[in-house]
Amino acid sequence: MVQKLNSLVESASQTAGPYVHIGCMPSYAGNAGAYDCEIGESPIAEGAKGEIIEITGEVIDGTAWALRDAMLESWQPDAAGKFPGQPGADPNVSGFCRFAVDPDIGKFTLRTVKPGAVTTRNGAMQAPHISLWIVARGINIGLQTRIYFEDEDNSSDPLLARIEQKNRLGTLVAKKSGPGQYAFDVVLQGDRETVFLDI
Amino acid sequence: MPDTTPDTNTDAGPLIPRNRAAHPQVHDVEYKTSVPRSPRWPLLSMESTPSEETGPRFGHDILGEYDNNLILNWTKGAAPAIGERIRVHGRVLDENARPVPHALVEVWQANAGGRYRHVKDGYFAPLDPNFGGCGRTLTDSEGYYEFLTIRPGAYPWPNRGNDWRPMHIHFSLFGHSFGQRLITQMYFEGDPLIDQCPIAATVKDRAQLDNLVAPLDLGQSRPLDYLAYKFDIVLRGRRQTMFENKLEGM
Repeated sequence: MVQKLNSLVESASQTAGPYVHIGCMPSYAGNAGAYDCEIGESPIAEGAKGEIIEITGEVIDGTAWALRDAMLESWQPDAAGKFPGQPGADPNVSGFCRFAVDPDIGKFTLRTVKPGAVTTRNGAMQAPHISLWIVARGINIGLQTRIYFEDEDNSSDPLLARIEQKNRLGTLVAKKSGPGQYAFDVVLQGDRETVFLDI
Repeated sequence: MPDTTPDTNTDAGPLIPRNRAAHPQVHDVEYKTSVPRSPRWPLLSMESTPSEETGPRFGHDILGEYDNNLILNWTKGAAPAIGERIRVHGRVLDENARPVPHALVEVWQANAGGRYRHVKDGYFAPLDPNFGGCGRTLTDSEGYYEFLTIRPGAYPWPNRGNDWRPMHIHFSLFGHSFGQRLITQMYFEGDPLIDQCPIAATVKDRAQLDNLVAPLDLGQSRPLDYLAYKFDIVLRGRRQTMFENKLEGM
């Protein structure tokens, strides 16, 4: 026999189900007024410094069908690479957004400020990116991924460097579709499957 | 605006890598919707970075008077919801067995008849005019939380020929890091539908499924008012060490 570890096991995830919006986005579920203040309605407030951008896309399943019931959350630093609460962070960037795909056509739009670069613990510089978390009916544990940008220098990003199949790199990179406009799909399965993360 | 408050924990170690065996199987043919919605390729693993170690923080300023009382919150206190009155309470801890203070806990559930108040739910059990079905609260400085609600009903759902969800309450948790995000479900002790449910059965480790089942807690119930159920939740922890940063000359 040996000593017992004093650690606990993380609680098991369960699917968010089709009605996740009731608890997380009451207005979307048709229950406006349930809360005085819904969280994550926008990651930025008026006056946020930097380039305001819109990222548009779909969450696509293995049959190429765009989900109508997915919910997404994003988390990012301000235009200077500072997260809320860090010294010098832009007070108009909360960094957190909660959004859902359109129930009729399956499109989502994230309006935010383009994030700055952030270093890792060991000092390596990560290319600008937005962290993304996707939940829905049929997704048994929330999926983590990142949105990078095609008009940034992604060549020395430590996460992208770990992807062996370079043909999959593009699944993490938003394509510029116009001034301040980017396109980024999340593909759950199939030939274009997004690189999902375990971080 | 910002609906976040400062992260005061940015200098702790990396997140402990997730033990995927403790979680549901992502592709499970008995839960049909998981089949086209689960990735086939392996996840890309890496040590956490500030992008995962920081996260949104929420304060009491976002909470309304009735947010933690689902019996009363839909009517803002005017009339109670129909159903068995229950108190759900517990503690949010991390893998290091430390309490997670000021964690946002959001819940949603069906009403006593098994019907959700959602534009997409067409089950013919009636809506309760006094029940909305969502609530939220923050854990206290010791990681404890509680709310009052009614026991949700079981309900049928389209999957195999005759599948029913056991009584359950959905939980969404924010720790202090975006990498700790977790959504799970609380089941009720003694519900025979748990062992028939293909969603519960996506958790292959029986002890992990048992940890999603809240026991009746008579001691915390209130005579002539409500029963209590206890539901503790464990979020990912972070490595606790002084030896994180690579020092000069090492």
